Amino acid sequence: MNRRHHRPWLAGVALAGALIAGAAQGYTLEEFTFEDPAQFEDFRDLISELRCLVCQNESLAGSQAGVAQDLREEVYTMMREGQSREEVVDFLVARYGDFVLYDPPIKPSTYVLWFGPFVLIGGAGLLLWRAIRRKKAEPEQDLSPDERARLQQLIASRDTQRD
Amino acid sequence: MKGSKTRALIPLGIFLALAALLFYGLQLDPRKVPSPLIGKPVPAFELTSLKDPQQRLDRELLLGEVSLVNVWASWCPSCRQEHGELLRIAREHDVRVIGFNWKDERASALLMLRQYGDPYTVSLYDPDNKAGIDWGVYGAPETFVVDPEGIIRHKQIGPITPEVWEEEIRPIVEQYRARNS
Amino acid sequence: MVPELGHFALILALAITLVQAVLPLAGSFTGNRTWMAMARPLAWGQLTFTSIAFGCLLLAFLTDDFSVIYVASNSNTLMPLIYKISAVWGAHEGSLLLWALMLAAWGAAVAAYSKNLPLPMVARVLAVMGMVAIGFLLFMLLTSNPFERIYPAPLEGRDLNPLLQDPGLAIHPPMLYMGYVGFSVAFAFAIAALLGGKLDAAWARWSRPWTAIAWVFLTIGIALGSWWSYYELGWGGWWFWDPVENASFMPWLVGTALIHSLAVTEKRAAFKSWTVLLAISAFSLSLLGTFLVRSGVLTSVHAFATDPARGSFILLFLCVVIGGSLALYAWRAADISGGGRFDLLSRESFLLINNLLFTALTILVLFGTLAPLIYEAAGWGKISVGFPWFNKMFVALSPLLVLATGIGPNTRWKHDEPARLLRALWLAAGLGIAAFLLVSWPGFSARDIGVGVGIGMSLWLVVTHLASLRDRLKHKGGLRALRRDINPSSRSYYGMQLAHLGLAVFIVGVTMVSNDGVETDVRMSPGDVHVHEASGYRFQFNGVTAVPGPNYRAQRGEFVVYDGEREIAVLHPEKRHYLSGGMPMTEAAIDAGLLRDIYISLGEPIGSSGDWALRLYYKPYVRWIWLGAILMALGATVSASDRRYRSVRNRAPAPAGAAEAVA
Repeated sequence: MNRRHHRPWLAGVALAGALIAGAAQGYTLEEFTFEDPAQFEDFRDLISELRCLVCQNESLAGSQAGVAQDLREEVYTMMREGQSREEVVDFLVARYGDFVLYDPPIKPSTYVLWFGPFVLIGGAGLLLWRAIRRKKAEPEQDLSPDERARLQQLIASRDTQRD
Repeated sequence: MKGSKTRALIPLGIFLALAALLFYGLQLDPRKVPSPLIGKPVPAFELTSLKDPQQRLDRELLLGEVSLVNVWASWCPSCRQEHGELLRIAREHDVRVIGFNWKDERASALLMLRQYGDPYTVSLYDPDNKAGIDWGVYGAPETFVVDPEGIIRHKQIGPITPEVWEEEIRPIVEQYRARNS
Repeated sequence: MVPELGHFALILALAITLVQAVLPLAGSFTGNRTWMAMARPLAWGQLTFTSIAFGCLLLAFLTDDFSVIYVASNSNTLMPLIYKISAVWGAHEGSLLLWALMLAAWGAAVAAYSKNLPLPMVARVLAVMGMVAIGFLLFMLLTSNPFERIYPAPLEGRDLNPLLQDPGLAIHPPMLYMGYVGFSVAFAFAIAALLGGKLDAAWARWSRPWTAIAWVFLTIGIALGSWWSYYELGWGGWWFWDPVENASFMPWLVGTALIHSLAVTEKRAAFKSWTVLLAISAFSLSLLGTFLVRSGVLTSVHAFATDPARGSFILLFLCVVIGGSLALYAWRAADISGGGRFDLLSRESFLLINNLLFTALTILVLFGTLAPLIYEAAGWGKISVGFPWFNKMFVALSPLLVLATGIGPNTRWKHDEPARLLRALWLAAGLGIAAFLLVSWPGFSARDIGVGVGIGMSLWLVVTHLASLRDRLKHKGGLRALRRDINPSSRSYYGMQLAHLGLAVFIVGVTMVSNDGVETDVRMSPGDVHVHEASGYRFQFNGVTAVPGPNYRAQRGEFVVYDGEREIAVLHPEKRHYLSGGMPMTEAAIDAGLLRDIYISLGEPIGSSGDWALRLYYKPYVRWIWLGAILMALGATVSASDRRYRSVRNRAPAPAGAAEAVA
C-alpha cells in the first residue's frame, strides 16, 4: 500500500458551480488489506452503504472524489484498529450528519421512515377489507340495463362501420 | 353513500399536501448538508501554520473573539471567487478570519495569497484532510462561524457573497460579538 | 433560418393545440358535431407541426449548426452520426420536444384508431390530450426553447455528455417517454369519461389496449435504462434506487395496477372509480417524475441541468393537471355505480389485492424518494434513503405479491370454493416449499435462504400458471387442445401467462445475482493471472494499450478468461477520455451468457509500471432480469392484440360473468 499525496487537482468535480473537490487518483479496494477476508467483506459492504457527500448520489465505494478517498482511508484505519461497524458509523455521523448513511438506523427520529409506509399500507388494507365486505353485501348489478343497451349499440355501430 | 363524497376528496387532499411539499423543496438546495457540529465546541486539532511550518496551532487559537474559519484551497475556483469578499469583510468589519487551507500544497497556496491578497489572520494548513474530517468538511469553500467560547454557531457551504454575508453570517457574528462585550 | 422555422412550427403547434383543447370539448357539451369532428384533424395538425419542429432541431444537429445554443452545448463535429441524432433528446430542451412529439403522436394514433368510438368520446379524449400538450409546448416556449441562438456562433460544439454516447442510452429515453406519454391516453379516457359521466365497461375496453401498449414501452424503457447502467457505469449494478430511477418506476407500478384493474372493470364492471383513480395516478406520476428529474429538488446522479424557474413551471403545471383532474374525480366519483358483487374468495378479490400491493409498493417508492424532503420540511434533519432501505422494504412486500399472482389466475370470478382452490394449488405450494428447502439445505444461511425463497417463489409462479392452463383446457380436450386454444381471441389469456412467466424469470435473476454474484477489486500487473475462487474462472491480464476513437482516446485492456484450461473469452474493457474533457468514462467488457456474465471494468492505472486497478465480476443469471422484463413486455403486447379489442363481432355481447382469464 503506497501512501499517495494529494496534488491540487484543477479538474475536480464541479458542484453547483460553487464547490470543487479534488479528485483522487485511481484506487482499488485491494490496497485495503485485511488479515481476515470476512473483515474485507464488511469493509466493502460498509463503504458501499455510506454516501459520498460531494458527489451526490454515489457511495464511498464507488466514488472517485478526493474526499471519498480520505474517508475510505479513515474507515479502513478505524476497522484495522478493530473498531466496530457501529463505531465507524457513529464517527462519521458525528461529523457529517445522518445524511452519510444510505441505510438509516432504526431510532426514534427514523420511526416515520421505517414504519410510516406500513401504517399507510395498513390503512389502505383496512379500506380494502371494508370495500370487499361491502361488496359481498351488495345486490348483484353486473351492467345496468342502460349500460348493456349502450354496449350493444356500440358493437352494432362498430360492425356497420367496418362493413 | 354519504361518505363517498368526502372519500372522493382524499386523493385531492393527498396531492395538495404533496404539492406543498414539492413547493417547499423548490426553495431548498439539496446539495447543502447541514453540519451536526452546530452548537458544539470546535473539534480538537493540531495543525501547522501555512506560512510558518514550525508554528503549531490548536483550538486555543479560536477562543476569545468571534472568528470565521474559512476552508479554502488554491485548486478551488469558487474560493478565488469569494476571496475578494473575505478581504472586504476582514477590512471593513474587523472580523477575525482564520484560513483553513485544505488538501492543498503549501507552495501553490502561498502563491495564491500573494496574488490575490491575504484576508487571514493566520491560515491552518491541512494537506491530508486530517482535521478536515473532524470538522466534517466535504468541499471547499466552507466557512464556520465560531463564537468566543469556541463553539461552532454556523456553517456556510459554498462561497460567501455580499448577500450571504449580510443576511446569514453578519447577524450571527454581531450577536456573539455583542454578547462578548 | 431552419431553427427559426422550428421555433415558428412550435408556436403554430401551440396555436392548433389550443383550439384542439377547447373546440371539440365545447362541441361535446353543446352537441355541435362539426366542432367535435374537428378533434381528429387538429390532432393530426398538432403532430405535423411538432414533427416539423423536431425535424428542424434534428437538421440543426446534423448540419452542426452551433449558432443554436442547444446544439452547441450537446454536440460537436467529431461525434458519430447516431449520437448526433440521439443528442437531439440528450438534454433538457430537446427531451421536452421529444415528449411533445410523442404526445402528439399518441394523439394522432387515437385519432386514427378510434373509428369505433362515439364522436363525443373522441372529442373529449383528444381535447384532454390537447390540454396536456399545451402545458408541454408552453413549458418549452417559455422556459426551455431548444431553438435559441447564440452570437457569435462557436466554431465547435461542447460535445454530448459522454455517458450518453452509447447505443443503449440513445434509445432508452424515447422508450421511456413513449411509456410516460402513453399513459396520457388512459388518463384522457378517464377524464373524458368523468366529464361525460359515462363510466362503463366499454370505457375500460377502449382504455385497455392503449394502457397495455404504454406499459410495454415503459417496461422496455426501464429495462434498457437498467441494462445501460449495468454495462456503462462500471460498477455492475442494475438498479440503485436513485430518484431518477424511482421516477420511472412509480408510473410503472401504478400502470401495472391499472392494467389489472381495467381487466376487472371491463369484465365485471367493478372497481370503476378505483380504476379511474389509477388511470389519473399513472399519468400524474409520469408528470411527477418529470418534475423530480428536472427541478433539482432531489439529489440524483443523473438529473438534468436544473433551474428553479423550470421547477416552478412544472409544479404549476402539475397542480393544474393533477389537481384539476382529482377535483373532477372528487366531484364525479360519487356518481359512479358500484358494479358487480363478489365474494371474499373470488378473482375480483385477488385482483383487488394485486392493486393494493402495487399501490403499496408505489407508496413505498414515493415515500422513500421524498423522505429526505419530508424530513427536511418537518425539521427532523437531513437524511439519505438509499438502496438498503428500498431493498429491505421490497423484500418484505414482494413475496405477498408473488403469492397473490400465483393464486389470482386460478380463482373464479364472483365466487370460488376454498376446497376447489386448494385442489388447484396444493401441488404448486408443495413444489415451491420443496424447492425452497432443497436450495437452502443444509446451511440455511441468509444467502441460502435468499436464493431458496427466490427459487421457491419462481417455481410457485410457474406451477400455479400451469395449473391455470390445465384448468382452462380441461373442458376443451386437455393439453392436445392447446394448439387450437392459442388463437387471436385468447391472446389476453396467453399474454397474461407470458407476462407472469416473465415475473418468475425476473425473480430468479434478481435472487441469483444478488446472492451469488462475486465482485473482486484487484490490482494486476500485465501478465498477472487472477483466480476467481467462487466461480473457478481465471483472468489473465495482458496489459493496456492506447486506442484512438472518433471523439475520444481510449485505454484498452486485454483479458483472457479461462474456465479451467479452456479459454472462454477475450475481453477488452476501456477507459475513455473524451476530447471535450470531463471525467473519463468506463466501458466495461462483458462476456454475456444465459447463466452468467463475466464483467470486467478498468479502474485507474496505479504507479508507472503498467499496473491497473480492476474490478472483476461474476454475475450469475443477471440476464434473466432483463429477459424477465422482455417477457413481461411481450406478454402485454400479445394481450393488447387480443381480437376483442379490435373487432367484437365474433363475441357474445355480454362481457360480464364470462369465466375468462385476465391479462
